[in-house]
Amino acid sequence: MKETTLPNPGLQAMPKDNSARFQRREHHLMLALLMPALLIVTLLLIVPLGWMIAQSFQVDGSFSLEHYERVLTDGVYWRTFGLTFRISFIVTLAALLLGYPLAYAATVLPRRWSLMILALVIVPFWTSVLVRAYAWLILLQRSGVINQTLMGLGLTDAPLALVHNEFGTIVATVHILLPFMVLPLYATMQKIPRDLMLAGSSLGGSPMHIFWRVFFPLSLSGVLAGMTLVFVLCLGFYITPELMGGGRTVMASMLVSRNIQLYVEWGAASAVSVVLLLMVVTIFYLVSRLVSMERILGVK
Amino acid sequence: MSQNDSGSVGVSIRAVSKRYGRNLVLDDVSLDIQPGEFVSLLGPSGSGKTTLLGALGGFVMPSSGTVHIGDRDVTWMPPHKRDIGVVFQSYALFPHMSVGDNVAFPLRARRQPRSGWADKVKRALAMVELDGYQDRSIAQLSGGQRQRVALARAIVFEPRLILMDEPLSALDKQLRETMQIELRQLHKKLGATVIYVTHDQREALTMSDRIAILKDGRLVQVDAPRTLYDSPRDAFVASFIGDSTLLPVTRLDDHHVQLGSQRLACARAVPNEARLYLAVQTEKLLIDTGNQLDEAYNRLEARVREVVYQGDSLRLFLELGDGATVSLRQPGHHFGQQQIPPVGASLTVVLHSADTVVVSDLQKRTANAA
Repeated sequence: MKETTLPNPGLQAMPKDNSARFQRREHHLMLALLMPALLIVTLLLIVPLGWMIAQSFQVDGSFSLEHYERVLTDGVYWRTFGLTFRISFIVTLAALLLGYPLAYAATVLPRRWSLMILALVIVPFWTSVLVRAYAWLILLQRSGVINQTLMGLGLTDAPLALVHNEFGTIVATVHILLPFMVLPLYATMQKIPRDLMLAGSSLGGSPMHIFWRVFFPLSLSGVLAGMTLVFVLCLGFYITPELMGGGRTVMASMLVSRNIQLYVEWGAASAVSVVLLLMVVTIFYLVSRLVSMERILGVK
Repeated sequence: MSQNDSGSVGVSIRAVSKRYGRNLVLDDVSLDIQPGEFVSLLGPSGSGKTTLLGALGGFVMPSSGTVHIGDRDVTWMPPHKRDIGVVFQSYALFPHMSVGDNVAFPLRARRQPRSGWADKVKRALAMVELDGYQDRSIAQLSGGQRQRVALARAIVFEPRLILMDEPLSALDKQLRETMQIELRQLHKKLGATVIYVTHDQREALTMSDRIAILKDGRLVQVDAPRTLYDSPRDAFVASFIGDSTLLPVTRLDDHHVQLGSQRLACARAVPNEARLYLAVQTEKLLIDTGNQLDEAYNRLEARVREVVYQGDSLRLFLELGDGATVSLRQPGHHFGQQQIPPVGASLTVVLHSADTVVVSDLQKRTANAA
């Protein structure tokens, strides 16, 4: 600080010196602010993940590819991954078919109605997954409201098997994941300027023509974002298929839990988890080449 | 109204009103537009000009009244069946399509044979001087180029009526002035009827055959630019058009009014109403150089209060004998500047009786809100 009182040379060097110091201090402060979050992420995510990956390469404490060999050659694992992908695919399509019209309605209807639609989509989102799965269980069971109504109307003689199978799993999963489809779709549709529809109409486009030529193409990034979110979340679904599938619909996450709970095979469970994780990362990577990650995660 | 030879159509707006809840946005508007005419709807924001354009385009359903385009009553017809080209303030270009696809949109929507598209698109782009831009994406274009694409898209299907909603308002001043002249020439080339919404009086004066002035949802005056400028119908029009000051005057006889202690001659008949104003346009007031000997000049004594340099001109704020302030625009050339006395000095200004415009008070309307 003494230099500052000295004549010219010291004075001239001052501003530069100071700003560099200021910047360094700023960086240190930022790092300090980030510390708690970094610590939590490191302790609760990075470390366990590393431990899990290490486990997957170990048999009795020494390096081995045995777990991966089994995951990649055993038909049971292949069938489970196949089923997981199929269910995720069907759930994603169903969520899109249900979610697109909802998001569209929320976009074009007057504000009062659109708020109601969004509320109906979001409120269940705040309810526990477990509660919602049980609710569906009650609705879909053999003596549930739906079967009784169908029989009462004479549409079917015996109760349909609506639950404890793949169908029940899909119904409940679609319901639970629907907000993840509707919200990115709605966000994207909101940003399509209304002027474009008016222009399309004034230029001679029928409502159908405008929808398919203008609105739909401009909503595609939202479609991709919603589909990716739902698909990836569905790949790792556990509670819902466990409850709704009746033990017959085994998805990848259930394989992990069974390996641990029934067979106490941490290595095998880790290997399945790593494979699942790699699939998710691959999907995100492929999609991110088409549409920005911020958009999918709803940051932008 | 029928089609004329160039294929344009007339438009007839008959007693159209539009109500949003308790707000009366358009109040009994009637306007007939000739085939091939260029008519501007001019008014301050909230005057209902865009709503009126919306009623013509089919985006706004009138609460009462009818709209006819040519021989057809289109009041309840959806926009895509009206066969009119619309240019929006935002341009509303389709961001996911190339320039060529944007311009071809109306042709595709109308299911015109694909074989004719390329030619028509090319011709429309040539009209707006964007030859060879077909494959560009919209994001690559400047504001002025987007404007032109929007225009090409609105004329490619040869509509008989074109509506424009402040199409130049997003451009900078210089480009706007160039585009005004180009639009004017394009209108002549196409021969289509054009209805043009703007809040810029100079733009309306430059481009229009006739200007319709709106205020609070009502038509105040519909006239050719020159008539409008020289004979504003009331104080609102006089203050809205041009750069003018309104000074209260009293009527002496059919051709004379009293301003303070001064008696002024007016070439046009003074309206026979109680509250009258003299509308002084800044460019019509001249510094007396001793050459304006004509009897027809009114003379006013004034004192210079302030001189503001504005580049091309200087603006003088003058105080008249009775305390009223008027302003005068003096050209910025050497001779013009020489005439200007120092601040505080007194001078004589002259106003020709033909430029002495006396208007009645703002038209009092029956309450607009229901």
